[in-house]
Amino acid sequence: MAQAVPAEQKWWSGGRSPFNVEYGKLMMWYFLMSDAFTFGAFLISYGTIRFSSNSWPDPNEVFQSFPGLGSGYPLAFVSLMTFILIISSVTMVLAVQAGHAMDKKGVVKNLIWTIIGGLAFLSCQAWEWTHLFHEGAWWGRNPFVNMDGSQASTNFTNFFFTITGFHGFHVFSGVIINIIMLIMVLNNVFERRGHYLMIEKAGLYWHFVDLVWVFVFTCFYLI
Amino acid sequence: MSNEATLHGHSEVTTTHDVHHDEHHGHHHKETFITKYVFSQDHKMIAKQFLITGIIWAIIGGLFSVLFRLQLGYPDQSFPILEDILGKWAAGGKIQPEFYYALVTMHGTVLVFFVLTAGLSGTFANFLIPLQVGARDMASPFMNMLSYWFFFIASMVMISSLFVQTGPASGGWTSYPPLSALGDASEGSKVGMDLWLVSMALFVVSSLLGGLNYVSTILNMRTKGMSMTRMPLTVWALFFTAVLGILSFPVLFSGFILLLFDRHAGTSFYLSDIFLASTQKALPNEGGSAILYQHLFWFLGHPEVYIILLPAMGMVSEILSTNARKPIFGYMAMIASMFAICVLAFLVWAHHMFVTGLNPFLGSFFVLLTLLIAVPSAIKVFNWLTTIWRGNLRFTPAMLFSLGFVSMFISGGLTGIFVGNSTLDIHLHDTYFVIAHFHIVMGVASFFGMFAGVYHWFPKMYGRYLNNTLAYIHFWITLVGAYLIFWPMHYQGLAGVPRRYLDFSGWASFNQFDGLNRFISIVSIIVFATQLLFVFNFFYSIFKGRRVTTQNPWGSATLEWTTPIRPGHGNWDGEIPEVHRWAYDYGKDGREFISQTEPVGANESKH
Repeated sequence: MAQAVPAEQKWWSGGRSPFNVEYGKLMMWYFLMSDAFTFGAFLISYGTIRFSSNSWPDPNEVFQSFPGLGSGYPLAFVSLMTFILIISSVTMVLAVQAGHAMDKKGVVKNLIWTIIGGLAFLSCQAWEWTHLFHEGAWWGRNPFVNMDGSQASTNFTNFFFTITGFHGFHVFSGVIINIIMLIMVLNNVFERRGHYLMIEKAGLYWHFVDLVWVFVFTCFYLI
Repeated sequence: MSNEATLHGHSEVTTTHDVHHDEHHGHHHKETFITKYVFSQDHKMIAKQFLITGIIWAIIGGLFSVLFRLQLGYPDQSFPILEDILGKWAAGGKIQPEFYYALVTMHGTVLVFFVLTAGLSGTFANFLIPLQVGARDMASPFMNMLSYWFFFIASMVMISSLFVQTGPASGGWTSYPPLSALGDASEGSKVGMDLWLVSMALFVVSSLLGGLNYVSTILNMRTKGMSMTRMPLTVWALFFTAVLGILSFPVLFSGFILLLFDRHAGTSFYLSDIFLASTQKALPNEGGSAILYQHLFWFLGHPEVYIILLPAMGMVSEILSTNARKPIFGYMAMIASMFAICVLAFLVWAHHMFVTGLNPFLGSFFVLLTLLIAVPSAIKVFNWLTTIWRGNLRFTPAMLFSLGFVSMFISGGLTGIFVGNSTLDIHLHDTYFVIAHFHIVMGVASFFGMFAGVYHWFPKMYGRYLNNTLAYIHFWITLVGAYLIFWPMHYQGLAGVPRRYLDFSGWASFNQFDGLNRFISIVSIIVFATQLLFVFNFFYSIFKGRRVTTQNPWGSATLEWTTPIRPGHGNWDGEIPEVHRWAYDYGKDGREFISQTEPVGANESKH
């Protein structure tokens, strides 16, 4: 250390001990770590099975439809979905930021946008699932052939529906949490409490769900 | 900045929470029976709920082992009373093969998860963490209550699976597919298996809710002066246990979800190229991998043995030090070795899979990592031995069980070196050698830690003592009995006797063990009966035990003994005490012990 540090100063170089956060936030972080392992296990299982298979369906062939336009637009729709989800993360950040400034109006506005973003993502997913279902894909059924033209095992669709379904369930929970937060904000719960920490915790969850989607998106649509 | 300041400089952090909890403590609601004993949010009551549920499960799980030991000891005898109780599962007074598998499956599941995970760390994490770090309660008492009730629902589902027509799950406590994935494969793979999976999923939720609470309480709710390095080793052990659980159970959860899909949604995550003898049909499933399930299972399965063992290690450290009237030897080394065990726990899972077709080259890495665990384990053992070395030992029942723990941990740990070698494992896997190894090192040792904890903290839990005479009988019969049961199994295993077999009378090479099997069965019945003595002692002493009259009966330095003899919800009547020293000032400066709350004297060296 170049400069003399007063004896009273905390030893965390940022000046704030990581233990100095509220316990609920700590719990949320540990929960997210746990949940990361759940998704990690799913995605590693997917990777294991995929790489033990000789070939695998081509995502550009499978995911090429766009509602209203028909087919021939590979990955266009999922890009839109991803864009919506990432934008909803931005509005969530703005809501958290407004919460720090005790700006109730800003929190309400941005939370509503985040909820709309989440619902829009879920609707897109519902459309995509329905579309795939009508093409004959479901758990245990796979109409798509492998890239090399050979017959594919059903594990492509098995993993796709299981993992995107599990992620969709997380988004759904996130929307419910955000709606509860919105009701609490509108009832002035946080104004009375004097802080908007709960919004921050809901935000952590929401960002995590978005981050997981980036991995799910990469594994199923890009690779 | 001095080292001391570095380690203890951030202790003022927790003061903000004290304020919050003081106001929470101020108003005692009128408690009804429901809020006090059933949906209680007091960590001490929740701990007792976990303990008593665990005891009931232990009786059930132990009874299962008595039943299958009857079969193994007396394969050609019939016991008509069994048919009266169990009906078709013991037709003609003999345990039926399907039921035998169900018995070993449920024995393993119940004891590993419901007794030694929920019953052990559920009890003592709840009871000891707030008391020993100086908190009014857990970070979230409500989540803590939910944690117990999820465990309770999981228990109910598991119990109900015993009564379905096709019987409970019977594919082994590991539930490997394809057996567990195909309802047509065996009776136990039908609805019993679904109930097993649902129950275990609920159990994971319970463990997660509990674990999050334990971690945030330890990191965030410590009283003033209670820096991380002043915490008793029990709290450190429970902290590592909680982290292990938070990170490993979700992987099991994922594995179970995939298994449920394989069972009911026609997927083939774990299934490929299967011909089913019972229906004479080839299945259409292609592309899955049964080994994948084993990876997911053992990624939990191995940390799980440390989830079971670490709380026992922590309590034993505390009890040995208290009753040897000596500071724990190598406090920091104890923490470091627990941390090392924690990390290594995640890197050794495939040593359970040496013979499932794992690449032998990969296996050699897992051998290395597995044998590395011997290092922190040995550090801990030597630290315990040096703690009691030339100590002023007081042989309380808790102390005896702690010594028994160390003995068991050494005996069972040494055989771990045998089975951890992939070459030796070719011969030893799935034999009684493995049974002997893990029962001694994980099962019996953790039970000893649990008993030690119960005997030591019973006065704090109920304000009364357990009966010492019964306790000494309990200890000696259990110690001798456990060795008599499991020691001979090493010889059987080396001779190649496989586990999970119903009857060995068909093999001439195993006939030499007929007498030994009978002997083991007789001893296990005696040991089981002795545990009932403990159960009697426990429940009798809750109501009729000798009353505790002093605040600190064991002369212990930790914080829980500064509370009233029967602490209410909130633990301390007035202010939460401030901590000035570590938890192990025994036999210092000519004094027997110095409580953590006592300020460091002017002439005293500070820890």
